[in-house]
Amino acid sequence: MGAPEFLFLLQGLKWTVLLSAIGFVGGGIVGLLVALARTSGQPLLERGTAAYIALFQGTPLLMQLFVVYYGLALVGLELESWQAVAIGFTANSSAFLGDIWRGSIEAVPKGQTEAAKALSLSYVSRMRDVILPQAIQISLPATVGFLVQLIKGTSLASIVGFTELARAGNIVSNQTFKPLLVYAVIGVMYFALCWPLSLLGSWLERRIAAPTR
Amino acid sequence: MPAQPERADPLITMEGVDKWYGEFHALRGVNIEVRRGEKIVLCGPSGSGKSTLIRCINHLEAVQKGRIVVDGISLDDSARAVDAVRREVGMVFQSFNLFPHMTVLQNCTLAPMRVRGLNQAEAEATARKYLERVRIGEQAAKYPAQLSGGQQQRVAIARALCMEPKVMLFDEPTSALDPEMVKEVLDTMIGLARDGMTMVCVTHEMGFARQVADRVIFMADGEILEEAAPETFFKNPQHPRARTFLGEILAHH
Ligand SMILES: Nc1ncnc2c1ncn2[C@@H]1O[C@H](COP(=O)(O)OP(=O)(O)OP(=O)(O)O)[C@@H](O)[C@H]1O
Ligand SMILES: [Mg+2]
Repeated sequence: MGAPEFLFLLQGLKWTVLLSAIGFVGGGIVGLLVALARTSGQPLLERGTAAYIALFQGTPLLMQLFVVYYGLALVGLELESWQAVAIGFTANSSAFLGDIWRGSIEAVPKGQTEAAKALSLSYVSRMRDVILPQAIQISLPATVGFLVQLIKGTSLASIVGFTELARAGNIVSNQTFKPLLVYAVIGVMYFALCWPLSLLGSWLERRIAAPTR
Repeated sequence: MPAQPERADPLITMEGVDKWYGEFHALRGVNIEVRRGEKIVLCGPSGSGKSTLIRCINHLEAVQKGRIVVDGISLDDSARAVDAVRREVGMVFQSFNLFPHMTVLQNCTLAPMRVRGLNQAEAEATARKYLERVRIGEQAAKYPAQLSGGQQQRVAIARALCMEPKVMLFDEPTSALDPEMVKEVLDTMIGLARDGMTMVCVTHEMGFARQVADRVIFMADGEILEEAAPETFFKNPQHPRARTFLGEILAHH
């Protein structure tokens, strides 16, 4: 395996990182809306988002990517593979992040909402100034944990023909006939991405578990 | 605090209020009038509906029947009426409910800035004034977790005062405190009463009631059973439930 192959793998790594970032940012924005709707106290919104979460958590990501890529093409919406993958990952992440953040919002003591209401703060201010800052702190370990899962999950993008790290490895391995070496390199690359995040996650967890702020 | 303008209409009126939690009948035909400047102590056994009653005044709980008017605003369930009432009604909780991620000063400036539209300098000036008033000015930069329970509750009082409310509601403000901290909070409340604040206090601190209350209201099972001046109520309670209740309170103290 020479420099060109290695560079090819680095290209794959770049897409893995980008894909994770898209999934995380897109999923984060939609996920926040999902979490807010899920805790809104409006029965229709709550039931709708509960179904959304159940649907995306209850079916394999692989299937969701297939549906977006091939399913939408069937109804005439032809997407580039990267577009399909971005949509698929955003939808999937938003369901998981939405559920994590719903739990965190609900974990903020009820007295906080009551005090904010008694001060006549609007819904927007209650959420932005009082509830979300506390909920985000509570959710950090689980959120980082999800990010690690997301990074590893991006390997599924290869099935719709997207050349991220895992698929790049597959290609190089087929060309060089050195699967062990190639997959060892890929493994190290995934590890280098995920391990620091795992450390960050457990550090955050310890910090939150500590009795004083 | 500017003296309340002399107005004859009551600040709070509750007329024929009924409240259910699901099947459970929590308030039964409650009628109350609170005049401007009046101090009321609400007492009664656990589960009698005291918290429910005062939480209806600022619509933390909705009622199913009856009429509630606060400072001339009729509390229907419209957001506009609810917001308007909450701007004029301060509330202090048993468990303080300070915002733990904000400093004492930020706790006090948030609502005036967001709701009253003060700028930061104005809000901080107001906050410092009221923090001084509850004698905790030097703690402004600390976080709630760094304060004792009594200090936290005084911050909570200052936070409510920063909205310059027309009435303050207290729901057992000293029940969660260690005994040695009860006095500092009661003294703060007594000071507030002296300055003419209208107050509705749920408390079992009978010394406070004697000293401050214009009227004691006794509830049991969601009903108001007795209303009297504190001297009359403590010396000569009329209702048998009130006698039993006072007997138990005195036995405890
Ligand atoms: N959110 C709720 N859902 C259902 N029942 C409730 C709710 N809040 C209060 N209750 C019930 O209503 C009754 C009155 O409660 P409330 O808290 O007003 O009593 P209280 O007089 O303040 O009692 P305490 O002295 O214990 O604080 C109680 O029986 C309580 O169990
Ligand atoms: Mg109570």
